[in-house]
Amino acid sequence: MSKSLTYGLLLCILMVTAPHADHLPLWLSSLCAGLLIWRATLAYSGKALPKRWLLMLITVAGTAGIVFEFHTLFGREASVTLLVLLASLKLLELRAARDAMVLIYLACFIIITNFFYSQSIPTALYLLATLMVILTTWVHQQGQNIAIKPRLRIAAVLLLQAIPLTLILFILFPRVQGPLWGLPQDAYASSGLDDKMAPGSLSRLSLSEAVAFRVNYNDKPPQRNQMYWRGPVLWNFDGRTWTPGKTALTFAPKFTELDQQIDYVVTLEPHNKPWLFALDVPNKISVSATLTYDFQLLNKEPVNARLRYAARSNLVYHANLQESTRQLQRALQLPKQFNPRAQQLALEWRASSKDDADIVNTALTYFNKQGFIYTLEPPLLGVNTVDDFMFTTKQGFCEHYASSFVFLMRAANIPARVVTGYQGGEFNDVGNYYIVRQSDAHAWAEVWLAGQGWVRIDPTAAIAPERVQRNLSAAVSNNAALPFMARNPPQWMRDLRFNLDSLANQWNQWVLGYDTERQFAFLTRLGMEDVTWQKMALDMAGGMGLVIALFSLFMLRHLIKRQPDKVQAAWLKLCRKLAKAGLPRAAHEGAQDYAARITASRPELTDSMRDVAMRYTALRYGSVQDEQALREFLQRAAALKI
Amino acid sequence: MSQALKNVILQAEQIILGKPQQIRLALCCLLARGHLLIEDLPGVGKTTLAQVLSRTLGLQFQRIQFTSDLLPADILGVSVYQRASDNSMSGEFKFHPGPIFAQMILADEINRATPKAQSALLEAMDEHQVTIEGVTRPLPPPFFVIATQNPAHQIGTFPLPESQLDRFLMRIQMGYPDAQAERGLLSGVDRREIIAKLNPQMERVELLALQKRVRTVFVSPALLDYVQAILRHTREVARYTHGLSPRAGLALLAAARAWALLDERDAVTPEDVQAVLPGVTSHRLQAIGEYSTQNTDVLARELIEAVAIP
Repeated sequence: MSKSLTYGLLLCILMVTAPHADHLPLWLSSLCAGLLIWRATLAYSGKALPKRWLLMLITVAGTAGIVFEFHTLFGREASVTLLVLLASLKLLELRAARDAMVLIYLACFIIITNFFYSQSIPTALYLLATLMVILTTWVHQQGQNIAIKPRLRIAAVLLLQAIPLTLILFILFPRVQGPLWGLPQDAYASSGLDDKMAPGSLSRLSLSEAVAFRVNYNDKPPQRNQMYWRGPVLWNFDGRTWTPGKTALTFAPKFTELDQQIDYVVTLEPHNKPWLFALDVPNKISVSATLTYDFQLLNKEPVNARLRYAARSNLVYHANLQESTRQLQRALQLPKQFNPRAQQLALEWRASSKDDADIVNTALTYFNKQGFIYTLEPPLLGVNTVDDFMFTTKQGFCEHYASSFVFLMRAANIPARVVTGYQGGEFNDVGNYYIVRQSDAHAWAEVWLAGQGWVRIDPTAAIAPERVQRNLSAAVSNNAALPFMARNPPQWMRDLRFNLDSLANQWNQWVLGYDTERQFAFLTRLGMEDVTWQKMALDMAGGMGLVIALFSLFMLRHLIKRQPDKVQAAWLKLCRKLAKAGLPRAAHEGAQDYAARITASRPELTDSMRDVAMRYTALRYGSVQDEQALREFLQRAAALKI
Repeated sequence: MSQALKNVILQAEQIILGKPQQIRLALCCLLARGHLLIEDLPGVGKTTLAQVLSRTLGLQFQRIQFTSDLLPADILGVSVYQRASDNSMSGEFKFHPGPIFAQMILADEINRATPKAQSALLEAMDEHQVTIEGVTRPLPPPFFVIATQNPAHQIGTFPLPESQLDRFLMRIQMGYPDAQAERGLLSGVDRREIIAKLNPQMERVELLALQKRVRTVFVSPALLDYVQAILRHTREVARYTHGLSPRAGLALLAAARAWALLDERDAVTPEDVQAVLPGVTSHRLQAIGEYSTQNTDVLARELIEAVAIP
């Protein structure tokens, strides 16, 4: 095993395992790094590889450690960890060419495991570069004498030749629904809205730049202050935390006087929760989801793969004009023992107002006039969260306002509930779609008014109308805690960001999101009639066969082209004949030298061999070509008896 | 081959015993209009070879001993102010040509001189002319340079850089004579006396005509395939610092043509290429790593054996 090949294999294993270092147990990452460094020093100093018993010991200890850590050797985490450990150990027993082959195959396999954790464009590009390194090492392993540049060229050509095959496989290979290998629980880390809301939960989420979903409006987008993406609806309040409470009711909501219809397509990032986001109020969706009594859209199972759905909403509506008493009771539930001052204030409002709508307005005016501040970093609140906020700190984020507002309404005997979700979004003029990030997470209130049904009231809009009209950064402009993406960066950076996001969106839609449905649609558009698995399999085999045949034909073309050279063919035939007689010609041996050598060992052939060699040389390398000489040569070459 | 050329070889072989290959390579170099670099220890007959060739070919011969204080003017010549004969105050500069103005030059121990002096010679070799004080003066054809270099005792020398080595068509080694040849050498008459008595065997016009004929030796496409295979091999194998350049390919072809002519053929065969390949490539290929310590002849042999004749 040459030194440079060992370094190449080290680089391969390093590159395929490096991204795993992020999520492997720390002890294992350090162990593998140590093994790699050890191997590199051994290669550098040229010392002997460690004894077999030592490697066995490390293997057993490492495996035991993995079992101890994960309580299993199966499943994604444990098996990837084991694979990384074994690959690093294999480097320490590089003895024969076979070991190098095993390592190269192993590296190719570990490449795939990286896609369990990330399928983004940078990951794909990095792994492509890694594949290039592996191929180059492979070429090196096969032909030690090839210099670095031709080595790279061969590897690049191999990669390029693989493109048509990759395309065929990508387009035609049957898709499985769900994430890779169908790992439901741990396939994606969840981030996003929770079904609980306590002071601080949304402002924490606002610090995340992660994309929640992307929206394409089919026609004109609605006004910003109508972009309320409905998520979990929270009914129960225990004095600090809002929760959905029990929704035993299954009957459908009732919408009347619907208007301002709007159609759009949402590409939702996986968030491990069942809810789907739609504008208020949804009346049609392309996936099978249930619309709950409080207008939430729930998917059948948690969304743990990127999901694309088309939806239709009505921006003007009356919802549940006839609400059941039971629901109204739920919307009035209050923990009486907390927040006495706020309850007192609500009762005063009730006494001085003529109807419910008046109280709502009074409350909004109160928030607007009493010096409340909208901030991402509100002070901590005591036991009486609403009282503390309303009368002491007066600084809060949307969850404080929504929570306090609903509390006040309920205290004033108006049915109300908290709605969480997202508000607004950022328009990407490159890809012509809206990006809704986690930082757009929002909470608002809904009150039930007789004759109007459930009406959306956003108390935040009363304090910081910019939040709703424009975005978060406009509302809390000088807040350092705000994520970079949510601030207002320079124009070129915005352009770059939009371009990158647009690219990521295309990648999501067409590469990662190429599912059964898209596959069938695409194939139908290509002209395949009534697509079936059988047809796809046939086309796949046929296409691969065709591509391989074309490449083979191209590579073997010189064999076909050389055939017409009669002189060379006759000469090679004669050489084969002589080789059978025990006098093979070396590949580098010229005709004259060969003839001289044969003459030395078989003097009886002297005349004929010299004659044929002379004629051959004259025909192949001489300037005069005539038919007569050619015929004579062919004759004599064939007639030469050994 | 002309009778004259045969006689040249015969006569040279009588004086330089046991070195027919070196004599033919030197002649081949001359016929291909290249220059020759001989690298070997002192006393193995480098100078003798040059002298014999010049005498036998009837060429005007100059020897330049390269030393560390040699100046370009010592090689090229110098203009000296000369007063008119009538003792008046008028006079003019007269050019006194240096030793380079000869048909054949022996540049002895070229690596002893400073790079400046070396380059004066090397530039002349390339262009077959010298420009001194703005006047370009052609050098007398065939203008053939044999430079010698001593591989041992490299202290205080200026080894020729690779780019300069490229100006020599071939680099050959003399090597020790075999026992029989050495016996003849030791028992025979003093070589210097014989050389002084040698008669030219060829006219200069004839030599120039032969040089012209070399260029007409036929090269078939099959042979070009072979030469290209060799060039490609040196570039792809991880054994040399650099592969052979296209100029090296041209040199290889030119030398092979001359070799074919020496063999009385009008077309180049792979054997011709193989015969001149060690001389043409040994100073152009720098082996790396474990191969760098190997004998250049062994390396050349391996190169030949590694490339199949297409």
